[in-house]
Amino acid sequence: MSEVLSRLFTFSGTGELLALPFVQNALIACAVLGLVAGALTPLIISRGMAFAVHGTAELAFTGGAAALLVGIGVEIGAVVGAVVAGLVFGLLGLRQRERDSVIGVVLAFGLGLGVLLLALYSGRASNKFGLLTGSIVSVDSTNLVVLAIVAVLVIAALTLLYRPLLFASTDPDVALARGVPVRFLSLVFAVLIGLTTALAVPIVGAVLVLAVMIAPGASAARVTANPLLATVLAVLFAELALVGGTVMSLAPGLPVSGYVAGIAFLCYVGCRVVARLRSRRVAAA
Amino acid sequence: MTSSHTTTSGVSRLPVTTSAVTLRSAAVRFGSRTLWEGLDLDIEPGEFVAVLGPNGSGKTTLVRVLLGLLPLSAGEVRVGGRAPRRGSPNIGYVPQQKALDPDLPLRGRDLVGLGLDGHRLGLGVRGMRARRERVDRALEAVGGSAYANSPVGRLSGGEQQRLRVAQALVGDPDVLLCDEPLLSLDLSHQRTVTRLIDERRRTADTAVLFVTHEINPVLPLVDRVLYLVDGRFRIGPPEEVMTSDVLSELYRTRVDVVKVRGRLVVVGAEELDEHHEESA
Repeated sequence: MSEVLSRLFTFSGTGELLALPFVQNALIACAVLGLVAGALTPLIISRGMAFAVHGTAELAFTGGAAALLVGIGVEIGAVVGAVVAGLVFGLLGLRQRERDSVIGVVLAFGLGLGVLLLALYSGRASNKFGLLTGSIVSVDSTNLVVLAIVAVLVIAALTLLYRPLLFASTDPDVALARGVPVRFLSLVFAVLIGLTTALAVPIVGAVLVLAVMIAPGASAARVTANPLLATVLAVLFAELALVGGTVMSLAPGLPVSGYVAGIAFLCYVGCRVVARLRSRRVAAA
Repeated sequence: MTSSHTTTSGVSRLPVTTSAVTLRSAAVRFGSRTLWEGLDLDIEPGEFVAVLGPNGSGKTTLVRVLLGLLPLSAGEVRVGGRAPRRGSPNIGYVPQQKALDPDLPLRGRDLVGLGLDGHRLGLGVRGMRARRERVDRALEAVGGSAYANSPVGRLSGGEQQRLRVAQALVGDPDVLLCDEPLLSLDLSHQRTVTRLIDERRRTADTAVLFVTHEINPVLPLVDRVLYLVDGRFRIGPPEEVMTSDVLSELYRTRVDVVKVRGRLVVVGAEELDEHHEESA
């Protein structure tokens, strides 16, 4: 037991590893992803789109697997898969019940197809596994350029459309009455989710995208109702999980996703505890 | 005060009036079904018009037309002298109370603020202070300052509706469109919301179009009633429209309007309402 623990939590050699260029690339990638994902999460929570994000991630996996087989860049395949999925889910609008069942159906199909495509692929096995659980060695400088471009696009769109998006996400009926193009925005938002998910898949893996795309926003929403503060906190939590998780995974040489998901989960539990203590104090006062 | 004028395209337009809302020969059709047609209505600044009628009679559709969300099938419409378009700043809108997710990351003041500039692009960093002051004033006017920083989903229905009124009024509109804002509120909260709306139209001359299925909570405030039934309608002061004769004619069946302790009770229209609900 203690052997396992000491293997999981070791920092011997972390310093030397941090000096390696590929590690630095990975850390930059994580920092950029944390910023983008963190900024989107409070809106994802407001729209109740956790399951849609999960579905989008699985389709990014399918796209990535297809790209691997065809021999083009995995991230291009992931972006295409995720954006298509995002558009499909976005077109379904805000009717939760219908949306959930369609996501479930599409997700299962996409995942099955992806597994099949991977089985047909005869290249390196680590490439296959990386799509599902993520790996930081997969991040190189070309990835970084793609990552940076997409991040700039997403942040620019979010800055421009923040108020209408917040309006449409939290108060859709009145937003519609006030002339906000609610349906169009839900498509735009779905594309933003698709792009960000596609960036996250190679790093944390398709299975654990929720750790960076949902958990930070869900945590922040427990402790504040201020949308701006929630966004700042969500970015903070996402950075903590991604950068912190990557650093922790270095010395043990284990997959980064476990650490990222672990930190994200601890943030969430911590926020719940804080909220609980606060409401007790209010009740006592 | 009125004069006809012709646009450059040569099409004769509505006379220029000082009315807050003007409808001329207005009609809405969905396919072969005509919701209403030949509707002429002028709402003056400061006037309170209640829109009544069974479900499916096109009350909400009228609101959607005035919001610029639905074009008329025929006729013309003006709000504040202009054709309504999506997001017109001179229109305020109060929806019916609806349960909100208690964990929705949105405070009372954010809800009100979205009514002011939620449709605008950008982050709105400039003018932040002026915005805050306007939101604070709107909150204060409805007595909502105490819970301005609470999550909206955790407020009571009455508190939420006060915020809704602030959200509709923060942009300083000329016309206030209310779509069943009292639904699912208890009596005291109904009174608060109607009082706030009444105050506003008296102090700022805001015209009010108030869609409701229950006239009694607003009866003392109502200047005129628009009663819609199955494509037929009557417009006039409540004492003229809310009579057994007029409603019997509209519903095409025997309807009795009885006054009990200052409240109007309409007997005989309920069964028809239920019928409408099924077909709507």
